[in-house]
Amino acid sequence: MATYDLSIPISEQAVRALHVGDTVNLSGLMTTGRDAAHKYLIETFIRVQTVPESERSLYEELRQLLDGGIIYHCGPVVRQREGSAERRIPGQSGSERGQWEFVAAGPTTSIREEVYEPEVIAHFGLRGVIGKGGMGPGTLRACQEHGAAYFHAVGGAASLIANAVKEVVAVHKKDEFGVPEAFWFIRVEHFPVVVTMDSHGRSIHEEVEAASKAALERLIAG
Amino acid sequence: MDDMVESFVELIRRASTDLPPDVEAALQEARDREEPGSAATGALDTILENVAVARANSTPVCQDTGVPIFYVRHARELSTRQIRTQLEEAVAEATRRSYLRPNAVDPLTGRNSGNNLGVGFPTCHFEEWDDGGCGQALQVDLLLKGGGSENVGTQYKLPHPGLGAGRELEGVRRVVLDAVYQAQGKGCAPGVIGVAIGADRGTGYVHAKEQLFRPLGDANPVPELATLEQCLLEECNELGIGPMGFGGKTTVLGIKIGAYHRLPACYFVSIAYMCWACRRASLHLQGVGSKRMGRLNTADGDL
Repeated sequence: MATYDLSIPISEQAVRALHVGDTVNLSGLMTTGRDAAHKYLIETFIRVQTVPESERSLYEELRQLLDGGIIYHCGPVVRQREGSAERRIPGQSGSERGQWEFVAAGPTTSIREEVYEPEVIAHFGLRGVIGKGGMGPGTLRACQEHGAAYFHAVGGAASLIANAVKEVVAVHKKDEFGVPEAFWFIRVEHFPVVVTMDSHGRSIHEEVEAASKAALERLIAG
Repeated sequence: MDDMVESFVELIRRASTDLPPDVEAALQEARDREEPGSAATGALDTILENVAVARANSTPVCQDTGVPIFYVRHARELSTRQIRTQLEEAVAEATRRSYLRPNAVDPLTGRNSGNNLGVGFPTCHFEEWDDGGCGQALQVDLLLKGGGSENVGTQYKLPHPGLGAGRELEGVRRVVLDAVYQAQGKGCAPGVIGVAIGADRGTGYVHAKEQLFRPLGDANPVPELATLEQCLLEECNELGIGPMGFGGKTTVLGIKIGAYHRLPACYFVSIAYMCWACRRASLHLQGVGSKRMGRLNTADGDL
């Protein structure tokens, strides 16, 4: 079990060097995204013939951010800085910069995104997702095929992780999806995670589940 | 009735930004039991550091501040409608101050109300009580119950052929073990498990959540249940799921079991899974309504 410092975007070579149990400190730009965001990515960009005109600019921003990038399964508690709303330029992306701060930002349960994640990894060229609880065989296979990893943050460590979020760069779909479900583009420094699913087909979650199933059967048999 | 909104906001702040001392101590003991250098130890170190940061900065221990669940015991003279109105005001204010994340979502439109108020949100249970002449007119217990752990809560009806679980305490033992196994790390292990035997389905879940208010170190007054709680605490930890499901020695911090009378045809076992961030706080108010509001305290000292 090794410790790595990785900057986003992450190369395929760097992610292939990771193995389950490794500790990684991530730095760079990423976006949060959970249930509504994943559904939106699939329905608006991936399983469509053409991207609607109204969503083109966000699509381009996401393509740039997610190529070699990370989606963080997180619905944060945020705080708006005093007087900052007046400085915002309506409709201009990025004008939210400095307007918001993350107060508490631990991971949410990832398995809900299992139906979407393999396609999102393939389409955008993600190098990983951060969440908690692990994901299923579809995501594990996508990590193998495309060169990505599942990074486990400590569930509930919300105030500590918020300290690693140095800047909220932009927010998209906040009014439509609500605060927890919006895309929050954030710059992080030394965000601590553990690799629990790697690009070599190993999953700590599968291994712990199998071992605990054996223990359960023994305890029930008494 | 007195304006208690600010006291209720402080109750919410306490619940969200700190852990009860017994829970924090149990996490520290769990950390000391795990293998040095393991992922389990790393997770528990992070958890304990996070609690210290949250307390120092008065920020939420976990960003999923859940659904606020209030259990209110009140003197006969107090209006539950007025109490509810003030609790709702306090919830909206606590949300504005970022002690709570806006969590109330309309299931039909998908819209988040933005202030944690909605139909049936927050949850309030009221019970008139006899304060026995000690002068306490009002007690408000609050649990902030996050969604990840709520999703792994479950309900069994016995008999359960797959687990060979019949209508007796041995059957209860089997289904609780199964529930903790099924949850794996997804409820943010190590969790506290509230169990209710009997009742109808709805009441069972309410009573299971009431168990989560019990201090981790207490002993069940019913000897059979005390024995079962101790046995299940040890056996759940033998599952080896560990903190966050990384594998390890501590999968649960406590098992608390209550029993209600059941229908002849029904034998439900309702299980509420509370994450390690077992955020509960209590508020006792004396002399409410008399304009002589008295002592105000929580489990960990006077406010």
